[in-house]
Amino acid sequence: MLEITCPYCGKRAQKEFTYAGDAGAERPNLETGTNQDWFEFVYLRDNPRGLHDELWHHSAGCRRLIKVRRDVVTHEIIDTGAPSDSLSTGAS
Amino acid sequence: MQKYSIFSLARNALTSHENWGEAWRNPDPKQEYDVIIIGAGGHGLATAYYLAKNHGITNVAVLEKGYLGGGNTGRNTTIVRANYLLPENELFYEHSLKLWEGLSQDLNFNVMFSQRGVINLAHTDAQVDAHQRRGNAMILNGADGVWLNKHEVKARAPLLDISDRARFPIKGGLLQPRAGTARHDAVAWGFARGADARGVDIIQNCEVTGIDIENGGVVGVQTSRGAIKAKKIGTAVAGHTGHIAAMAEMRLPIESHVLQAMVSEPVKPCLDTVVTSGATHTYISQSDKGELVMGGDLDLYNSYAQRGNFPRIEEVVASVISMFPAFSRLRLMRTWGGVMDMSMDGSPIITKTDINGFYINGGWCYGGFKATPGSGWVYAHTIANDTPHKLNEGFALNRFERGYMIDEEGSGATPNAH
Repeated sequence: MLEITCPYCGKRAQKEFTYAGDAGAERPNLETGTNQDWFEFVYLRDNPRGLHDELWHHSAGCRRLIKVRRDVVTHEIIDTGAPSDSLSTGAS
Repeated sequence: MQKYSIFSLARNALTSHENWGEAWRNPDPKQEYDVIIIGAGGHGLATAYYLAKNHGITNVAVLEKGYLGGGNTGRNTTIVRANYLLPENELFYEHSLKLWEGLSQDLNFNVMFSQRGVINLAHTDAQVDAHQRRGNAMILNGADGVWLNKHEVKARAPLLDISDRARFPIKGGLLQPRAGTARHDAVAWGFARGADARGVDIIQNCEVTGIDIENGGVVGVQTSRGAIKAKKIGTAVAGHTGHIAAMAEMRLPIESHVLQAMVSEPVKPCLDTVVTSGATHTYISQSDKGELVMGGDLDLYNSYAQRGNFPRIEEVVASVISMFPAFSRLRLMRTWGGVMDMSMDGSPIITKTDINGFYINGGWCYGGFKATPGSGWVYAHTIANDTPHKLNEGFALNRFERGYMIDEEGSGATPNAH
């Protein structure tokens, strides 16, 4: 079981959360976004084997979206925060 | 290649089975190949086999970072079926199923393909309609499908709870009689032996660390055993397609996720078909050793780890027990995980790319094992002719851009929901 620290509620079990995907996918500007921008936003992913920034929905808690930086090989959670926060790289 | 037969068995019995030759060589990599396939799992080995057999291309290397068949080929739940709704999928998987039916003879290697049937349970009236529609689509595309009412389902799997008390009451099921299971390791071994006998080099413990590209075309790979030149390079690396594509500076419509499977302790024969449920997304069969083999959903978050988490195991077991209450007395013996390429529409990608001589075979989601021979067949054709086989024209990489998704579930660009 992953233990995810919600920035609003504290440390909670993974079962309280719903995965909401890659936090790096940025929605293009409605006025200026090209077809290519939208294609990349909807379909293409970096899918790194290493650190991954992702959104989780605290669906059985405060119901807010949070951002999690996680190592997808070891499942270690490096840092969590609000979606607009910049997270630590874990290198101290 | 030493032909396996009743006579070779008898001959070797006379010498206490001490003189069987090796099934394949273990060569050092050459300087250069016509084609390099990355990944010696079922798909990679099948591709090499059909490159040699169907297209006469034998100067081929299959590079494997670990040992042959040690990835998802040895981790799946061994189910082989062709019960899809959409024509691109159904025609492709039906071709694959036909190849399965002759595979042991073709390879002279027993892949233990057992056509015990696959039943896909329906639990609501809406699912009954959807399953019958899918069954009709399968028949229209030349496959077999039979609708079973709940009593006919019960006759095939007597331990199922078909009462109205069940958590998900069973209304009936769509049976594909020609579907079944196969021995997963034997598929890799059979294709490896057949490819090796035709001159293909299978190079194990050789991890690809880079792809060399000059003037928009591939020229070779960097590996843990040195640089190897090649005119064409094809990937067949299951959940690591995105990782390899990044070496060629490509981003793909793929996320990697971990999928778990598990077996109970072995018991006497009690389930001689495969039962799957769309409502609980669970699939279960009994292995020849007597273990009940079970699987369910992904862990649902991105992962390259070949192990999963406990909440999913609990859910799979709970779903199985809701269908088969008798199994609640069994202990779970072993669980494991494999890395899946989850594509953005739930269908595979078998394609040439914008880089000359670079080919991708990935995005298999939950269902790569059953596709093994069909995938090798069309991928070999794509690599040999630099143009897709008619069965994988729809599986092109550019379908996402063009809006020609093959979205069996209709769930959109959410890779973990397929």
